[in-house]
This record gives sequence, structure tokens and C-alpha cells, in this order.
Amino acid sequence: MQQPNLRDRLRTLSKCVCDGARLMVGQGDYAAYAEHIRRTHPDRAPMTEVEFFRNRENARFGVGNTSGFRCC
Amino acid sequence: MGTALGRHGPWALVGALGAAALAIVASQRGETINALWIVVAAVCVYLIAYRYYAKFIADKVMRLDPKRVTPAVRHNDGLDYVPTNRGVLFGHHFAAIAGAGPLVGPVLAAQMGYLPGMLWILAGVVLAGAVQDFMVLFVSMRRDGRSLGELIRAELGTIPGIIALFGTFLIMVILLAVLALIVVKALAESPWGTFTVMSTIPIAMLMGVYSRYIRPGKIGEVSILGFVLLMLAIVAGGSVASSPVWGPAFTFTGPQLCWMLIGYGFVASILPVWLLLAPRDYLSTFLKIGTIVGLALGIAFVAPHMQMPAMTKFVDGTGPVWAGSLFPFLFITIACGAVSGFHALISSGTTPKLIASESDARFIGYGGMLMESFVAIMALVSACVIDPGVYFTMNSPAALIGTTPETAAAAVSKLGFATTPEIITQTAADVGERTIISRAGGAPTLAVGMAHIISSAIGGKAMMAFWYHFAILFEALFILTAVDAGTRACRFMVQDLVALAVPSFKNTTSWGPSIAATAISVGAWGYFLYQGVTDPLGGINTLWPLFGISNQMLAAVALTLCTVVIFKMKRERYAFVTIIPTAWLCLCTLTAGWQKIFSADPKIGFLAHAERYAGAAAEGKILAPAKNADQMSQIILNDRIDAVLAALFIGLVIAIAGFGIAACLKAWRADRWTALETEPRLVAAE
Repeated sequence: MQQPNLRDRLRTLSKCVCDGARLMVGQGDYAAYAEHIRRTHPDRAPMTEVEFFRNRENARFGVGNTSGFRCC
Repeated sequence: MGTALGRHGPWALVGALGAAALAIVASQRGETINALWIVVAAVCVYLIAYRYYAKFIADKVMRLDPKRVTPAVRHNDGLDYVPTNRGVLFGHHFAAIAGAGPLVGPVLAAQMGYLPGMLWILAGVVLAGAVQDFMVLFVSMRRDGRSLGELIRAELGTIPGIIALFGTFLIMVILLAVLALIVVKALAESPWGTFTVMSTIPIAMLMGVYSRYIRPGKIGEVSILGFVLLMLAIVAGGSVASSPVWGPAFTFTGPQLCWMLIGYGFVASILPVWLLLAPRDYLSTFLKIGTIVGLALGIAFVAPHMQMPAMTKFVDGTGPVWAGSLFPFLFITIACGAVSGFHALISSGTTPKLIASESDARFIGYGGMLMESFVAIMALVSACVIDPGVYFTMNSPAALIGTTPETAAAAVSKLGFATTPEIITQTAADVGERTIISRAGGAPTLAVGMAHIISSAIGGKAMMAFWYHFAILFEALFILTAVDAGTRACRFMVQDLVALAVPSFKNTTSWGPSIAATAISVGAWGYFLYQGVTDPLGGINTLWPLFGISNQMLAAVALTLCTVVIFKMKRERYAFVTIIPTAWLCLCTLTAGWQKIFSADPKIGFLAHAERYAGAAAEGKILAPAKNADQMSQIILNDRIDAVLAALFIGLVIAIAGFGIAACLKAWRADRWTALETEPRLVAAE
């Protein structure tokens, strides 16, 4: 009983750490994005994982806003 | 009664422990104390503040409602607006607010001893810094995650909005200049450091190509690849520095490095982001977090003793590192770490668009800033565990202590911090540098402190040079990332500002306006950088106070906005939460700005300094560092430009405070709620 529980917890923790590290450099969760598009816009094809990566990269440093803006 | 004891009992113990630690730190006389007491005192203060003051703000001032939908839920698009796990978002927010500021300010402030700096860091963060971050996050979260500029325009009016945009641009310029100056000061005459920092450019480009064409999106593996190459570059740097051919080839003077950085800033900010900026961002972000964690573990395990006295005689303003007395200059020297206006831009940037529930805002906004403050405490500890003689040798300008170990040892000993030429030469040899004299700017001092702490845990003396250059690389890396991301941000601001007059200038995809705006931005910070590099007093002396004033000024602007919002919500009875820090910051920035312009002491006042040079020029004399009459007039012009800049900052604070007071009075007289929040909607019951 105890073991799968612990394994699940470790898996959640490591996902959290990985997601956290990716979000620190502006990369959100692709699975959550794809799931969101499937649920709310079933008629639209979501971006591929690579397209998503480039979209987020541009959004972080990109044009017309100050996101990706570093602190002192 | 029983439950109240259960609820508050453990916190009373935390409070008692914190009070005991503070008492030990403050009552230290003669003997050195263990740095852990400072860490314990800080952590207890943070815990109590988070449990009680932040909760009071959340419950009474903001009335956070977990049932109310956040922008992330309302506008969920899987991209910019995504409800995010609060732990994950905390990491994102902290990585965005933590930079070079909290590392450098406390190091410079250490000239007054560790106690004044420590007390200001703790009081500042609890009552001002964390309040600002949390309040701005709240205000933005209730308004679809809009930016600080938009919020000021909406709640205070168009003119204050434009003033704030212009102010933000000036702050960016000064920030970039001072950051670049820190890098120049750390790399000048240091082939080892210069080689490792330069090698980050090809390493980042290699990573960029890898994640563009070979394995897109695999951030983990490309970062590990980059990290391994970086470590190899540090090791190789040692051989490069000792090589008779390559050593001199990578040895540059301050002005040479200054021109290189200006060129770099221009080119890097128009290159595609995937090639240089994004991959180096991975390295700098992960290295930053890793090093902060490493430093915390190092301090915990090594438990070093503080060598610097609790308070030095320099609280009277006669210190060699920077000029000016404790009030107001300590409070602007330690900006980030206590309160930083820049965070208002982050708290109204990506973070409010990612919050899943309103009740997470306290942890992310208030908690994130407490974490940053903890980084500042660690920087203070690192600066104070090294020999004070070495500290003052590294941070005093050459104009005061000369350039040889003998003159430096004599001058620093005369200041009251005994040292010998042997100690100075030996320290330089330990960290693999030719000299440590007048390495102002904070970064080299911090690197010596970190190398001291980490090498006590791993590697001993033999590894000290490695750790020193690791620390220099870590700082230079994220400063360079900030320089090119900041130049980009500046460029968009210039385009926005010019577009107020010439609308077509806003087109960010066409080359003409982009290059023109980039040139304006780089030229602006490059000017101040060059001025700083050639300053005989080390540049930090002039630029750091200007940076501190501008940063605290932005904080005052952000807190004014928050005060107005509190009045508009008809909760003015709690407005003291933001009025107290706003008033304090206005007092500090206005006094400091006034003294920087009008002080009769040429070390502090720009005009007095200009006067001294003008007087000498009139008599046909040449004062160092000028070598001819042209340079004399250049120095006079620099001083006057600095004075105008300080005057602009003063005007800006007064204008925004005026608009803020007017808006508060209007809201106070109104008989109803006038804040412009987005219509509340409740989370759908599951």
C-alpha cells in the first residue's frame, strides 16, 4: 500500500521540479496546452510540441512587450 | 483559549528564537559572531512576517477570495494565461525577480558593518519590499494581469502613465550601465575571467543551434551540455591566464572592455533570440538558482564567523567605498533585497496571468520577495566573512589607496583595518588573479567571499581559484543576459515613447525604427558606462547611488498606485500598509537626490564636483583623471548631466506623489467604490 503511494508522490514532485525549471525560462506545460485546446477548441489542431516551444521562446523575448524582462 | 494557544504557540517560539538571535547579533562586542545567528534571525523574522503581517494584508486589506476566478482561469489559453501550480509559479516568479541587485548592494553596504545593512534588509523587506510585490500582484491580478504602466494610466490618469513610462526608461538605462560596469570592473586585467565569460558566447550559440535544429525543446539536455562546457571553460581559463601568449591576449583594460560591451549589447539585441539570448538564459537561470542553493548550504555547513565589525566608523559618511552618511545613502545602496521597484514590473508581468487561485498570491508575491531578501542576507554574510583589510583593499578607489600592495596595505591600515602587502598578494594568488586592489563593483568581493565559504566545504585552498572564477562567471552570465534582454526592453520603450509623436515608429518588425531605437538605447547606457569606467573614484561611487535612487523611486511610484487603489476600494483605514513605505521611500530618494545635486562635498554632490573642476580649468590646471583641457570639460559635462538626471528623478517622484495624493482625496470624498477591477466571477462549483 505504502510503496505506490510514495512512488506517486515522487513522480508528482519530480514533475513539479521539471515544470518549475522549464517555466523559469518561459516554457509552459505543453501537455496542459494540448489538453486545453482539445477540450475548448475541438475544431482546431493544437501546435506541435516544437511549434509550442518556439512560440513560447518568442513570447518570452519577443516583440512588443517587456516580458522576458530581467530584474536587477 | 486552548485553540488560540495551539494556533499561536509555535509562532511564539519562532518569535522568541528570532528575538534571541537578533539580540546576540546586536549585542556582539569585541568577539566575532557566527554567521548562522544572522541567518537564524532573518529566517525567524521572515516566518513571523509571513504568518501575521502578510496574512493581515491578504485578509483585511485585499480580502483575497479563493472563490473568485483569476485571469489565468478566465482567459485560459494554454499559453500566456494558464492556471499554474503554486510551487511551480513560485520558482518562476523568484527566478524573474532575483538578479545582481541583491548580491551587489549588501556587499557595498558592508563598509558600514553588517548590522545597519542587516536591519534595513529585514525591516525593508517586511514593511516595504514584500508589501509592494504582493500589492502590485494583487492589483494586476484583479485587472486581467495588466502591466504597471497600464495600471497607472487607468487608475491615476494618462499623464502620470506617460511620466511613469519615461521614468522606467531612465531606470533601465541606469540599471544597464551599472550592471555592465560591474562586469567591466570584474573582468578588467583578468585574463582568466575574461576568457571564461567570452567563451559563454560560442557555448550559447552552440546550444542555440542544438535546440533550434537538432533537438528542439530539450532544455534539460542542452543545459547539461552547456554546463559541462562552461566548467571546462573555467578550468581552461586557468591555463589561458598563465600562458605567456594567451594571457596577454585576453587581458583588457576597463575602457577596452567598455567598448566591447557596447558593441556586444548592440549586436546581441538584434540577433534572433534563439541563437544567443534564449540558450544563455537557460544557463544563467539554472546557474543562478543552483549557486544560490549552494551558497545557502555552504553557509549552513561551514558556519563561518563574521570578520567585519557589527558597525564601522564609516556610518558617518567618510567611508572609501561610497560617499554619504547612513541616512539616506544606506537605504538606497541596498535597494533590491529590501525593496526594489523593478519587481513591480515583474509582479504585473507574466506572474499574475498564471495564478490559479487568489489565495496563492501571498505565497508568491510576499513569499517570493522574502526569498530574494534572504539572498541579500547571504551576500552580506559573504562580504563580511572575509578579512576586512581585504574587503577595503578590494573596494577602495585607486585614487585613495594607490595601485601596489605596499601603498594599499599602508592606506587601508591607516583607515583602521590592519593588513599587510603579503596578505594582499597572497589573496590575489589564492583566487588566481594578478591583483585584488580596487576591484570595486561588488562582484569580485562577493566572489572572494563565496570562494572562501565554498572552498571550506569542497576542495580547500587548491580549489579557491576555481570557485572564485565560478562565482565571477555566474554573476557575469546573468548580467550579460540582463544587458541584452534589457536593451531589447529599452528599445521597445523607446519605440513606444517616440510613437507618441511619430506613430509609424512603433512598427517593431521594420528595420529602420528597430535599429534606430536600439542605437538610442545602447548609446544611452553606453554613455553612463563609459563615464563610470573612466571615473577615478571607480564609477560605482557615482552610478550605484543613481541606480539606487531610481530603483527606490520606481518602488515609490508602484506603492503610490497601490495606495490609490486602497482608497478607491474604500479601505483607507488600512492605507497605512502602503503609505508608510511610500513616505519612507520618498523621504530617502528625495534627500539622497537633493544631496547628490547640491551637497557641498565634491565626493557627494555632482555640482560641487563640477565646480571644483571648472575652478581648476579656469586657472588652467588639470585635475586627474583628466589629461587635457578637453577631458576636463568632459568631466564637468558628465557631472552636470548626472545632476540633471537626479533632478529628473526628484521631479518624477514629486509629480507622481502629487497625482497620487489628488487621486486618493478624490476617492476618499466619493461615497462609493471607484476602483476599476474586472467584474468578479466565481469559480464554477464542481
